[in-house]
Amino acid sequence: MNTENTAPAAPLEEPAAPRRTRFEEFWRLLRKNSLALAGLVVFGLFLATAVAGVFLTSGSKPVLDPSVVRLQEKLRPPLSRSDAASLKPDEIPAMGVYLFGTDDLGRDVFARMLQGAWVSLTVGFVAVGISVAIGIFMGAIAGYYGQQYVRLEQVMLAAWLLGGAALLAAGVRTLGAVVLVAGHAWLFFSISPWGVSRRKSPPPWMRIFLKGTIRVDTIIMRFVDIMLCFPSFFLILTVVALLPASIYTIMIVIGLTSWEGTARFVRAEFLSLREQDFVAAARALGVGNFRIIFRHMTPNAIAPVLVSATIGIASAILTEAGLSFLGFGVPPPHATWGNILSDGKRFIFDAPWLTFIPGAAILLVVLAFNLFGEGLRDILNPKLRQRN
Amino acid sequence: MENETLNAQDILKVEGLRKRFPIRRGFLQRAAGWVNAVENVSFSIERGKTLGLVGESGCGKTTVARMILKLLPSDAGRIVFNGVDLCGISDAEMKPLRKQIQIIFQDPYGSLNPRMSVGEAIGEGLRMAGVRGRNATAARTEELLARVGLSARAIDRYPHEFSGGQRQRIGIARALSVEPSLIICDEPVSALDVSIQAQIINLLKDLQDQLGLSYLFISHDLNVVGYLCHRVAVMYRGQIMEHAPTEELFEHPLHPYTHLLLSAVPDPEAGKKPAVETLESEPPESAPELPEGCRFQVKCLDNDERCRRFGGALTQAGKDHFVRCWKA
Ligand SMILES: Nc1ncnc2c1ncn2[C@@H]1O[C@H](COP(=O)(O)OP(=O)(O)O)[C@@H](O)[C@H]1O
Ligand SMILES: [Mg+2]
Repeated sequence: MNTENTAPAAPLEEPAAPRRTRFEEFWRLLRKNSLALAGLVVFGLFLATAVAGVFLTSGSKPVLDPSVVRLQEKLRPPLSRSDAASLKPDEIPAMGVYLFGTDDLGRDVFARMLQGAWVSLTVGFVAVGISVAIGIFMGAIAGYYGQQYVRLEQVMLAAWLLGGAALLAAGVRTLGAVVLVAGHAWLFFSISPWGVSRRKSPPPWMRIFLKGTIRVDTIIMRFVDIMLCFPSFFLILTVVALLPASIYTIMIVIGLTSWEGTARFVRAEFLSLREQDFVAAARALGVGNFRIIFRHMTPNAIAPVLVSATIGIASAILTEAGLSFLGFGVPPPHATWGNILSDGKRFIFDAPWLTFIPGAAILLVVLAFNLFGEGLRDILNPKLRQRN
Repeated sequence: MENETLNAQDILKVEGLRKRFPIRRGFLQRAAGWVNAVENVSFSIERGKTLGLVGESGCGKTTVARMILKLLPSDAGRIVFNGVDLCGISDAEMKPLRKQIQIIFQDPYGSLNPRMSVGEAIGEGLRMAGVRGRNATAARTEELLARVGLSARAIDRYPHEFSGGQRQRIGIARALSVEPSLIICDEPVSALDVSIQAQIINLLKDLQDQLGLSYLFISHDLNVVGYLCHRVAVMYRGQIMEHAPTEELFEHPLHPYTHLLLSAVPDPEAGKKPAVETLESEPPESAPELPEGCRFQVKCLDNDERCRRFGGALTQAGKDHFVRCWKA
């Protein structure tokens, strides 16, 4: 048989599967899952609200100013008109009506909710972004390099560098700097061709430094276990109480304390992916470890991460609201849903809208993300995919 | 290395290759025992020729392949490729040699990255081979696709859009992208329909003629091996039992295991059912204990006391014909 001649005849004339992009397939399955679709719609609305909120409530002369205090108009119920006669010209709300009423200082709750939406959105996404990045990194290392042992030499180097950093932090400047410089010189030497680990047959006294101590996987996964032992809300509370309160601190702290689940998912996926033939094929081609991890394995491990990230956004929003409610969140006068709720709880009988409006918003958004996350899990599950 | 043991015509020479895997048990995952997956395997492949490696499932064929590719470290033995012992060199020294040996896998579904288009998968190999630039890559990809009998429209499609045979062709194109001189075919057709099998086998044969490739062709089907291979090594539970040129092996099989394999091959002319249907593969896990003496005696039709005392050496039974049985 001459392949050159018969080439076009055999293949590709009838594709085995109907041509359908991943996105079309995704969309088809999503439309069948009405709860997930509802979640996505709410998410879209939330996103639009938050983005509109930034434009409407920030700047030097915002359209809707969340911080204008009008004491004569305090605790107005939702949909009440403002009394233009009693207000100074620049205090008059843009719409002439308080859509969500006013709080105990006469501030427009609608404007404050808009401002808070952006806080919730950014905290949710940035915190989850941080946690997913750390989770993928740790999970990938544990899954890919997990069976390798950390050498005694490396443990000693890490201890030495940590010691140097500790000295520096404790104020022993010169000694700390010397220790750190020596540590880096050592590091440089060990990765250079004369280093211990590069020698083909190191002398016996050197061999002790090459002894494996503990598996990489053990280190990372036991660390994950330890992190999971702390009730993370109280861990966050402690850290936030010590650090200056700001929205960035909260994002980072939530991100740093919620990556464990992602790391576990990614590790599990990597353990099964590394046995796959296409990874072996890439290795046989001479593709480097870095590219194998990020080009071959991570894209195939991303589905469960996406699910946990979506649900993670919900829990980050909830955590931020909780912190703000307790007064550890974003400092006033900046409004967040949590501190609107917190301010309103004193007037729960006189002005129930101050509690119910932010409460309902939090409930709706968190529910939407959870529903969408659950739907995503079903959609991305290949076993379910075959069925419909 | 001792060059006198090297035949200049051999592209690959494997000597005394061994691999054992720990059987891990219990909480601490200590090795409770060992599976001798590959034991003292030696063979060589002539340049431009095909060596068939035949044996039932679980006998260690894939393990041999993975060790040759250095995807798996060997416990002992030498793998001499083009005069270089692959066991003794570092990863950095291995890197340029990697491209010379490629592999085609059994499972057409697992061997392609589902998230990479055909163009990306082949392009990755081309990048490793030093092909730079969008146009050069596209041109070379199309050329490779044509070589394996696929149209250029495959380039931006994903593996799930192809049938098993087409995927196998993509895998072959990827292997060819780095211009290897030796390709290990690990049961490349056993997962395919019989009608597709012939196409792929013919493709491999054509590629060998056109590009002068050498193959290590792994299979459990002697029929395919007889058609494609110049020499055949029969493997049983980690050991090579018989090793001879293809015609010699088919005409004068000496080892009882080879007889058993041959009797399981359906006669293409008569279209008969296999004479013996007892060749169900029995992975070593179900019988981890190796018997004293010859390891094939449990399944051997006429075994006696001498099988149990058999030292297990490979003996020369004719010109270029080696067998591991005292009866030969
Ligand atoms: N990574 C591994 N860990 C433990 N045992 C293994 C591993 N790979 C293969 N084996 C064992 O080695 C033996 C040979 O396997 P393999 O080379 O895949 O056989 P074949 O390709 O001939 O079917 C089998 O018993 C298998 O269970
Ligand atoms: Mg196999």
